[in-house]
Formats: sequence, structure tokens, C-alpha cells
Amino acid sequence: MSDAALTLVGDRPGRTAWMARIGMRRTGVSRTALLLVAPAATLMLIVLLGPLASVLALSFTDYQLGAPSFSWIGFANYQEMMADKVFWISLRNTLTYVAIVVPGSVALGLGIALLIQSGTSLRSWYRTIYFLPVMATLIAMAIVWEFMLHPQFGLVNGALRGIGIQGYSWLQDRHTALYSLCAIGVWQAVGFNMVLFLAGIVSIPRQLYDAAEIDGAASAWSRFRLVTWPMLGPVTAFVVVISGIRSFQVFDTVHVLTKGGPSKSSEVLIHTMYIESFEFFRSGYGAALTVVFLIFVLLLTLIKSFLAGRGAHDA
Amino acid sequence: MAKIELSAIRKSFESTDVLKGVELSIADGEFISLVGPSGCGKSTLLRIIAGLDAQTSGEVRIDGTRVDGIRPSARNLAMVFQSYALYPHLSVFDNIAVPLRMKRLSALQRLPLLGRLIPGRGHTERGISADVEKVAAQLEISPLLHRKPGQLSGGQRQRVAVGRAIVRQPVAFLFDEPLSNLDAKLRVHMRAEIAQLHRRLKTTFVYVTHDQAEAMTMSGRIAVMIAGELVQVGTPADVYENPRDIRVAEFVGSPKINVLPGAIRTDGGLEVFGRSLALSTAGAAGACRICVRPERIELGTGPFAGHVVHLENMGSEAFVHIGLDGMDAPLVARISDPRHLPSIGSSVACGFAADAVRAFDAGGRRIETVGQPRLERAREIALV
Repeated sequence: MSDAALTLVGDRPGRTAWMARIGMRRTGVSRTALLLVAPAATLMLIVLLGPLASVLALSFTDYQLGAPSFSWIGFANYQEMMADKVFWISLRNTLTYVAIVVPGSVALGLGIALLIQSGTSLRSWYRTIYFLPVMATLIAMAIVWEFMLHPQFGLVNGALRGIGIQGYSWLQDRHTALYSLCAIGVWQAVGFNMVLFLAGIVSIPRQLYDAAEIDGAASAWSRFRLVTWPMLGPVTAFVVVISGIRSFQVFDTVHVLTKGGPSKSSEVLIHTMYIESFEFFRSGYGAALTVVFLIFVLLLTLIKSFLAGRGAHDA
Repeated sequence: MAKIELSAIRKSFESTDVLKGVELSIADGEFISLVGPSGCGKSTLLRIIAGLDAQTSGEVRIDGTRVDGIRPSARNLAMVFQSYALYPHLSVFDNIAVPLRMKRLSALQRLPLLGRLIPGRGHTERGISADVEKVAAQLEISPLLHRKPGQLSGGQRQRVAVGRAIVRQPVAFLFDEPLSNLDAKLRVHMRAEIAQLHRRLKTTFVYVTHDQAEAMTMSGRIAVMIAGELVQVGTPADVYENPRDIRVAEFVGSPKINVLPGAIRTDGGLEVFGRSLALSTAGAAGACRICVRPERIELGTGPFAGHVVHLENMGSEAFVHIGLDGMDAPLVARISDPRHLPSIGSSVACGFAADAVRAFDAGGRRIETVGQPRLERAREIALV
């Protein structure tokens, strides 16, 4: 603003003194504005942008946790990452996890929300039941799952034996470990998505359903297609992105149940990051992994803001 | 084109009776208004006709066929909602096309991408498109067809809602307070448009409103509903002139009819404030209420004296509020020439002709009155 004011005065030197005075006053205003913005901007710099910048800087160093010195090594960390088999495995596993958990938890969350909303009684009872996994500490729940999935004494294999099916060593088998974690991920995310969808469904005006009914949408499916699904568009976009980001961040279940094993079959990005940074103390390399992770989250956020912009236009 | 008959319609929500046995026959091509204060059950009645709600007991017949249990869409009625209920994600064109697509396309053909591959869809779509454009031209909304409802003004949305209703050529139109969300000026304009639409389509219109002015100006007959009952059905002029119940008299007409405390003497004569009127009745002696419309109050002459407490000058007419002893509410008189108004606080005499009186008994029912010529004075003013 002060720049604009100065150029305005500077561009037209022939103008009289009052123009300059306005310019001065504008500079004054912009100084006040900057002063008022300063506290918030400082906080944002310290809490958000600062750490981000230091992670980015750290990723170009060979810093090790606790080491007295470090040196700049440019893109060496990233080069190492590209050649690292574990990185590619954990990236592929993370993407698989996201590709299963996001559609699974979104579809189930929507389905359960629709069922609860169409029911006449016990609504808050069902809402509470499905929301329990969200409220519970995931680490504690992971231990419960460990018991449930235990090859010999587990409830899951016990139930399968009951109907005559041979159980698996769910978490110890490299073919099933990741998918078991996906199932736990879906179980954990469904309740949260359901609550968001319920809020969205409740806010759809009743008269739209009346209009759809009058217009000939006689089946529940056609009313869903004509009213519910489009009206839930913004909520769905939000739920998908939030589920996506949360799935990218999967760590606690992996750490408690499999530690990325067996033979890296359930290794995910954040777990690799943790191992590199806090077990091998290779903070520089860990920071490079973090940067890759942040790029994915940033992509998802961009998709969300693009969708949100479109949603606002529709409404 | 349809005749709609309602017999003994009752509706209860748990222990509350919303409709208490409504009987109404709506003729083919008629414009009838259901009017009443909010909460009287008129919208519920309309929803029962549409099939959106089921009645607790009673029968709805459309063209002689019982439609209870038949889905709203199968009744082939169109409805215009107070909030317009346009689909916000669809363009104006698609909004108007919805009922046609639901009717003419199969569920498979309506599928988002796959539908285009089903044979016959293109041809049907062209027919729908032609119909939508015809209706849009009629309602003068052709330039808006590609906009979303969010980009339209209230009046334009209203027209789109009407377009969506007429495009399917329904047997009857149901309007649920369609003008309530518009500003006063536009409301008056849309009133005329809807009345013209009725004259052009010659289809049955059932119009629900709480605004008695809308009902009076647009419809052929009005049905006044109060507390779940149809109190009176008749032409607007008849309901205005001959209300059969004091609630009807008080609801219809703006400003409200003046209600004065009166009495029936043992000889059958009527009196108000102890002064007898040139009227007698066969009703039982006791308290009654004497009602007079504001435009029938005459100022400057008459047996009553009061003072002006408030003036409302509308420009073309004015209302003078006169405080009378023994009455809480002021007497309201309409003056057609507002250039000569009494000043606030000045005392003024007033009276009314005997034939302006509508008398109601203590229960609110109308009492028939006959004039008493022997008592009448030359100017027919209610006398001492």
C-alpha cells in the first residue's frame, strides 16, 4: 500500500503538494495496518512457516540428531531417497493404504449416515456407537485389535473357525498385514466421516425432497441422485480430503502392531520418517522424507480448495 | 384439468388435531384460495392433496378417483413452494427439465454417463429441450436458462419454480404461499401474473396463503380455514360482505373490522353502548358483538363521540383511529379523501348505517338482523 502511494506521487511530480500529503497519509495508514497485522503474522511465522522452512533447510544437510555440526550437502538426501528401496516400498504402501481407506471409509460413512437418518428411533444411540472409535485412543484400540487378530486366541480367527474357515496370521503374514491395517483404518475413520455426513444431510432443506417427490423421483435412489448426493457435494469433498490427509499420516497402528513388518510389507511413509529420524538419528534424511510427505498433503489441500471454490459457486 | 374433492379429512400429529374433518369440493378449472392465520392447517391440507403427507382419516378424490396411497408424482399435480425449492446445483434449464426427465426417461437413461449410450435418449432429450424452451419463452426467462438458481433474484426464482410446475402439464397446480418471500412491490406484480397464468391455462389452482389480500385479489372462491376447520367458503365479495363467523370477519379485510360490545334486548332489538340500533333479531337476548367495516364508519355525524388517537395516511386513503369510552381498541374509520383529516387529539363524532352492521352472538356465530323502519331516521344513521 505504501509502495502504491509512493509511486502514485512519484509518477506525477507535477501534482500539487496536497497529493503528496495524501501519499504521506496513506503511508501512515499502511504503517498502522502493518502494526496491527504484526502480532498475527509473527505468530504464523514462528509457529507455521518457521518450522516448515527449517525442515526444508534441514533436508539439504547431513545433520544427525545431537551432532555438534553439520554441512550442506545439496540434494544428496533426495538422491539417496530415490535410490532407496525402502522409500519406494513405504510410498507404495502409503498410497495403497490411502486408496483403500479413503473410498472405504467415505462410502461406509455415507451409507451409515443415510441409514441412521432414515431410521425413526435410536438415532443418537447409533451415532454414539459409530463415533466411539473416533473418541477412543487409537494406540489403546490398536492393542485391542492385536488381540482380536491374534492367530490362535483372536476373536476374528475364532469366528472364522466357527464357520469352518481356516484363519490367517493377519499381522504376521506379509500378504495380509497391510490390508489388516487398512481395515483398522476404515473402522477408525468411518465414525468421523459419518458425523460429517449426518451434519450435511440434516442441513438439506426438506422442501427439496418434497419437490423431488412431486417431480417424479419416486424411488429412494432417484431422490438420492437428484437431491442428497449433489447437496452433499461440498461435504463429500471435505470428507475425502480430510480422510486422505489422515490416511497419509497413518503411523500409530503401524508402529504398535507391525513396526512396518513383516519384511517392510506394511512400511509407510511416516513410519520410515520416524525410524530414520529417531532410531537412526539421520535428521537430514528424515527431513527430506518429511518434505516429500508435505508435498502430497499440499496436493490434497490444493484439490480441496479447488473443489471448495467450485462448491461455493454452485450454492 | 381436474376436480378435487376432499371429504372428512382429518389429520392428527400425536394428540394434536390439525385438521378436524375438512369437506371441500374444488371444481375443474377453478382458482380457489385456502386462507387462514398461520398454524390453521392450510399447508397441511395442501400437502395431503399433493400426497406429501397422509391424512389420518378421510378421502381425497381427483377427477372422481380415490388417490389415497398413490404417490405424489403419480397424482400428476404440480406444486410451487414458498422457498421455491429449486435444485441449487442444476441450471434453470435442468431445473425445469427435471419433471420431464423423470417422466420420459427410464432409470437407465438417466444414468450420468452411461445414459447417453442407451438408444432413444437423444430423441427424448430433444423433445424435453423443446418443451423447456417453450415454457421459458412463455415466462420470459429464456435468457436465464443457463444460470444457476443462486444467481437469480427472488422474482426470477419464482418464475423458474412456476416453469417447473407448468412444463409437465399437470391436472392441477398447488401453490404453498409462493409470494411470501418476495418484497411487497414484486408480490403485487406476481399476483397479477399468477392470475393471468390461471386465465391462460384454465387449470385448477389451489392457492394457500395467510395473506387475505392475495386471496381476495386472485381467486374465484376463497376458503377460510381457522383452527383446522373450514369456516366459510365463498366468493371473495361474499366472504367479505357476509362473514358467517366473527373469526372470518376479523381475518378478512384490512384494516380489521371494528368490533363493538353490543347486546340483544328481550324484545329482539340490538343496542351498542346502551344506544339502540335500528335493527332487530330473532336471536336470544344477551351479549353480542356488533361489527362494522372501517369504510362504513361515517365521521362528523352520528351518535358516538370520541377523540382521534392515531392517523394513518396512505396517500390515496387514510385511516383514523378514534378512541371511544368503554372500548379498549380504537374504532378505525377509512377516509377516502386524506386531504381533510382531523388532527390527533381532536374530538370527533361518528356513526354508521344500520345496514353496515354485522352482528355476532357470544359464540361468534353470525346473527341475522332485520332493519326496523319505524325507528329509522332520515339519514339511516344509527340513532339515539
